[in-house]
Amino acid sequence: MLKRVHFPTSALPYLLVAPQIIITLIFFIWPASQAVYQSFLIEDAFGLSSEFVWFENFQILFEDSLYLETFWRTILFSAAVAVLSMGSALILAAFADRVVRGATTYRTLLIWPYAVAPVLAGALWVFMFNPTLGIFPYILEFIGIDWNHYLNGGQAMTLVIFAAAWKQIAYNFLFYLAAMQSIPRSLIEAAAIDGAGPVRRFWDHIFPLISPTTFFLLVINAVYAFFDTFGIIHAVTQGGPANSTTILVYKVFNDGFVGLDLGGSAAQSVILMILVIAMTVVQFRYVERKVEY
Amino acid sequence: MVENRRILGIVSHLVLILGVIMVALPIWITFVASTHDAVRMTQAPIPMLPGTHFFENFKQTLFGAGLSGSEGAPVWRMLLNSMAMALMIAFGKIAISLLSAFAIVYFKFPFRMGFFWMIFITLMLPVEVRILPTFEVVANLGMLNSYWGLSIPLIASATATFMFRQVFLTIPDEMLESARIDGAGPLRFFWDILIPLSRTNIAALFVILFIYGWNQYLWPLLITTDTDMTTIVMSIKQMLEAAEQSPQWNIIMMTALLAMIPPVFVVVGMQRLFVQGLTETDK
Repeated sequence: MLKRVHFPTSALPYLLVAPQIIITLIFFIWPASQAVYQSFLIEDAFGLSSEFVWFENFQILFEDSLYLETFWRTILFSAAVAVLSMGSALILAAFADRVVRGATTYRTLLIWPYAVAPVLAGALWVFMFNPTLGIFPYILEFIGIDWNHYLNGGQAMTLVIFAAAWKQIAYNFLFYLAAMQSIPRSLIEAAAIDGAGPVRRFWDHIFPLISPTTFFLLVINAVYAFFDTFGIIHAVTQGGPANSTTILVYKVFNDGFVGLDLGGSAAQSVILMILVIAMTVVQFRYVERKVEY
Repeated sequence: MVENRRILGIVSHLVLILGVIMVALPIWITFVASTHDAVRMTQAPIPMLPGTHFFENFKQTLFGAGLSGSEGAPVWRMLLNSMAMALMIAFGKIAISLLSAFAIVYFKFPFRMGFFWMIFITLMLPVEVRILPTFEVVANLGMLNSYWGLSIPLIASATATFMFRQVFLTIPDEMLESARIDGAGPLRFFWDILIPLSRTNIAALFVILFIYGWNQYLWPLLITTDTDMTTIVMSIKQMLEAAEQSPQWNIIMMTALLAMIPPVFVVVGMQRLFVQGLTETDK
């Protein structure tokens, strides 16, 4: 943590940490504590007075079937995004790991969606699936599927899942490829000499060896699906139709800035904070464990 | 590879090519849409091959009125705003993280660990979970509709501080000892030894942070009401809304293309630094 050789105490270190600490206090700690404080208040309809109500906001939330639905929908959405994007990334990485020639070219061609903003990813997918113009509704019509994500909640959900997973493939691919390339070749060769075919080698050797990466990516993808997908949903569906794509982050924004329900929105923020803290703790414990071996 | 089966090699390439097509398809369609005129883009099915109106659309989008009927800022202005925001966030984060990591690693002072934990906590507070109160703070400070408001609330970062702390810890103690024997003070040591030694880490981090800054969406959406401060990434949403009345997909998709070119260029052009930055900051 601290260097064995270090500078003597003076005013200088305080000056050095000051910019970061001041910004952290003003824009992180203070607003977060405000959110916690507001989550214990209920304002009257005109915003003139507010009453301290302890956990009533939370109680209201957990009795609100709309909120509970949003909660489960978020879990489902995150799971679908993680499975879809990690699955495709794993397949692509497994084949890229085999290819000797052109591996870097494939990597270049696969990683750049990482740089596309979520809201842009949403815009591209919404254009491809535009019910009157899009290329996919046109193709789907031939197999008898009438695509309209403005009306059909299930289709809207499918669309945001695709857009979110598409953007995240790049990231997962990079980490899977790096993990596979760090497996000692001798191990795989030994398995091959013992007569294990490529499929067998993948499931019995490679997949278990990269399981720490899978676990790490699960956490990262969950955080991504929970928070960074706001832009996709805002651009593609605005939470609709009939709330069928409203996830927790979107609801915090919507209830706070559109619905102006300060207490309720703050209580939702606090619940999200608890979720992020839990995920960060899991991630850090995993990192510590990995350092050991 | 272990065995040399031709069939497996061919299958590998086929799967990868299919993957590349899958990943690139949305961008291809965007590009194609930006090369046709507005009339062609209202007829289903939309074209899959590029047309001849690329430069026309390019000029209209970048320098002309952009989307006709909208009262937004010109696209070049939005690109400028995005660039300013992304650069301020990237440089700001790197600067304050280098300083605080230096203080935490090389000085012993009261509350050192307290400061460290305070920085650590920011990791658990993404802007999405504290939007309303943070918005109030920025509004009270009079920072709405300014570059400061766009960038400063986002520049505190635990990940960058952690990364630099890690880098500094790997620098041998002898460096400091010999620097002190030669009479260098703390700032001299920081500037002449630590910064040059962490040059590649700074560059790798810059790539990641530039993309992070450029792609910000929720934050600029909240704090800019003045159209002159709109960023390019934000404008896409407004254009999509306008598209429901008058679909000008050629212009919308050209704007989308312009909005993704800078970060994509950074990722592809500085791939090695990008990969290094990505793996370093997430550990």
